[in-house]
Amino acid sequence: MTQAVLEARGLVKTFGHVVGLAGVDLTLYPGEVLAIIGDNGAGKSTLIKCLSGALRPDAGEMVLDGTPVSFSSTQEARDAGIETVYQTLAVAPALDIASNLFLAREVRRRGILGTVFRMLDTSGMRKQAKQHIDDLGISTLQNINQAVETLSGGQRQAVAVARAAAFGGKVVILDEPTAALGVRESGQVLKLVRDLRARGLGVILISHNMPNVFEVADRIQIQRLGRSAGVITPTSHTPAEAVAIMTGATTIDQVRDAHQTTPTG
Amino acid sequence: MSTDILDAPGTAEELLQPRNTPGRRVHDLLHRLPALSPLIVLVVAAIVFGIANPRFAAPENLSIVLQQAAVVGSLAVGQTLIILTAGIDLSIGAVVVLATLVMAKLAHDSGVPGFLAFLIGFLIAVLAALLNGWLVTRLKLPPFIVTLGTLSIFTALTLIYAQGQTLTLDPGGFLTFTGTTIAVGRFHLTVGVLLMLVLYLGFAYALRQTAWGRHLYATGDDPEAARLAGIRTGRVLLSAYVVAGAVVGISAWILLGRIQGADPNAGINLNLESITAVVIGGTSLFGGRGAVVGSLIGALIVQVFDNGLALVGVDPNYQVLAVGVLVIAAVAADQWIRSVKS
Repeated sequence: MTQAVLEARGLVKTFGHVVGLAGVDLTLYPGEVLAIIGDNGAGKSTLIKCLSGALRPDAGEMVLDGTPVSFSSTQEARDAGIETVYQTLAVAPALDIASNLFLAREVRRRGILGTVFRMLDTSGMRKQAKQHIDDLGISTLQNINQAVETLSGGQRQAVAVARAAAFGGKVVILDEPTAALGVRESGQVLKLVRDLRARGLGVILISHNMPNVFEVADRIQIQRLGRSAGVITPTSHTPAEAVAIMTGATTIDQVRDAHQTTPTG
Repeated sequence: MSTDILDAPGTAEELLQPRNTPGRRVHDLLHRLPALSPLIVLVVAAIVFGIANPRFAAPENLSIVLQQAAVVGSLAVGQTLIILTAGIDLSIGAVVVLATLVMAKLAHDSGVPGFLAFLIGFLIAVLAALLNGWLVTRLKLPPFIVTLGTLSIFTALTLIYAQGQTLTLDPGGFLTFTGTTIAVGRFHLTVGVLLMLVLYLGFAYALRQTAWGRHLYATGDDPEAARLAGIRTGRVLLSAYVVAGAVVGISAWILLGRIQGADPNAGINLNLESITAVVIGGTSLFGGRGAVVGSLIGALIVQVFDNGLALVGVDPNYQVLAVGVLVIAAVAADQWIRSVKS
C-alpha cells in the first residue's frame, strides 16, 4: 500500500476535566477522501484542530509524509502543507475573490516596485486566481473581482475550498463544508472534494450529512466519546450501521459478526 | 453527472437577477467606491455655494478652505487607519496637542534645534499610540474605553506640561516651516497642505497596493476570519496604531505651522473633528470598509460648509447643524451599503 500522507497516533487532548481526545489514531492516504463522523462531543472538532495546528495535543504524535511534525499554529501547519477550510470559512467579506484566495500570502511585484515599495502584483494574482478556479472547474465564480459578501453560501464555500486547493500541498481538511448549503450547492462542493482527490491530495471531510459522506468518502472514521470507534467504507457498511456505531447502539465488532452470519451489502 | 449541477442555468440567473435593479446597481457602485457619495456631496455643496456667492469659488478662498482643512485632514489619515480596524481613537487630538507643546517648548524654552525638537515630539506621538495599541491588542481592552482613558491622561499631561503657557514660535524656523505659503497661480498653498496631500497619496497607496493594507482591511472586516486565514491580526492591529501615531506626529508639525506656535487649548475639537471627517468620508465605523481619500473629502466638506455658509451670510451655527445631519446620513448610508442582499 502507498505510504500515508498524514498519520496521527495516540492523540490526547484534555480541557481541564473534559477529555476531548482519549488517544486517537488516524491514517490518511494521498488521493483519498477520509470522512470523520461522530455525534456532538465525539471529538471531531478537537481532532481536526490538532491536525490543523489550531490546538496542540497533550500527547501523541503526527507524521506528515514520513516526517514527524508538531504545529504550534495554523500557519505552521499550512506551511507544512495542511490546509483547512473552516466551518466559518475564514474569508474576508469585503475583499474580492482574488484577494481572498491570496489572503496572507500575497504576491509582490518583481523588482524595485516589490522590494522597496512593497507593491502587490494585483493583476498577476488575479490571473493566477482565475487559473486556479478554472482548474477546479468552479463555473459559479465568474467575476474574480467580486466582493465575497455578494456571493451565495455555496460560492463562498467554493472560494474557501479553492484557496485550500490552490495552496494545499498535501492535505486539505474540510470542516462541515455542506452544513449551510442547499442541495445544488452541496453538489458543487462535493464535486470539488472529488476534484481535490483526483489531484492526489489527501482530503479529510468532517460532516454530519450521511448521504454526503457515503457519496464521496473512500473510508469513514467513526469517532465516539473521544475515541475512534472504527474505520468503515461506504461499501462495507450501510449509513444506518454507521449511525448505530456512532451513537453507541452497536459496535463495529458486533456489526462484523452480524455480517459474517448474514452476508449482505 | 455532477457537472450538470454546476452548469444548471438557474445558478447564473439567480446571480444576475437581483443585480439588474437600479437600487442594486447603486448599492454595488457605492460598495466598490465608498468615497463616491461624499464626493458628490462635496461637489454639489461647492457648486451651490459658488452660485450663491461667487467669492466662494475664488482661488484665494478655496486656498483658505484647504489650509483650514490641513490639520483635521492629516489627523483624519491616522483616524482612518484606526477606524478601518473597527477601532476608534478618541485621544488623537490630545496627542497632537501634546506633541506640538513638546516640540514648541523644547525649541522655545530649551533652545533645542527645531528638527531635533520635532523628532522628540514625533516620538512621543508614536509612544502614545503604542500605549493605545498595546492596551487594545495585548490587554484586549475595547479601543473606545482605552482612548477615552488616554484622552484624559494626555490632556492632563499637556496641561501640566504647559503650565498655562501659550507659545509663539518665530516664523522661519523648522517647526513653523509647514506654515510657509507657496503661490501656485492665484492659489496659496502651504507646506502643511502639501504634506497632508502627500500623506493621503502615501496611505492610499499603502492601503490599496500593499499586503499590509489588505491585512488591515481583512482584520477590521472580520478579525477571526483574518486570523484563520493566516494573518497575524495582533501585529496588524498594533502596526495600525503605531503608524497612526506617526501620522499624528506629522500632523503636530502641520498644526505648529498653522497657528505659528503651540496652545494647550488648541485641539479641544480635533478628536471629534477627525472622527467626523472619517465618517462623512464613507469609512465604516464597523471596520474593514472605506477609502482613505474619503476622509480628505470629509474634512473638506466640513470646511466648505463652514466657509460657504459664512460667505452666504447664514448663522454659523447652521454649519454645526449641517455637519450633524451629514454624519447621520453617512452612517445611515454605510448601514445600507453593508447590508447583504437577501
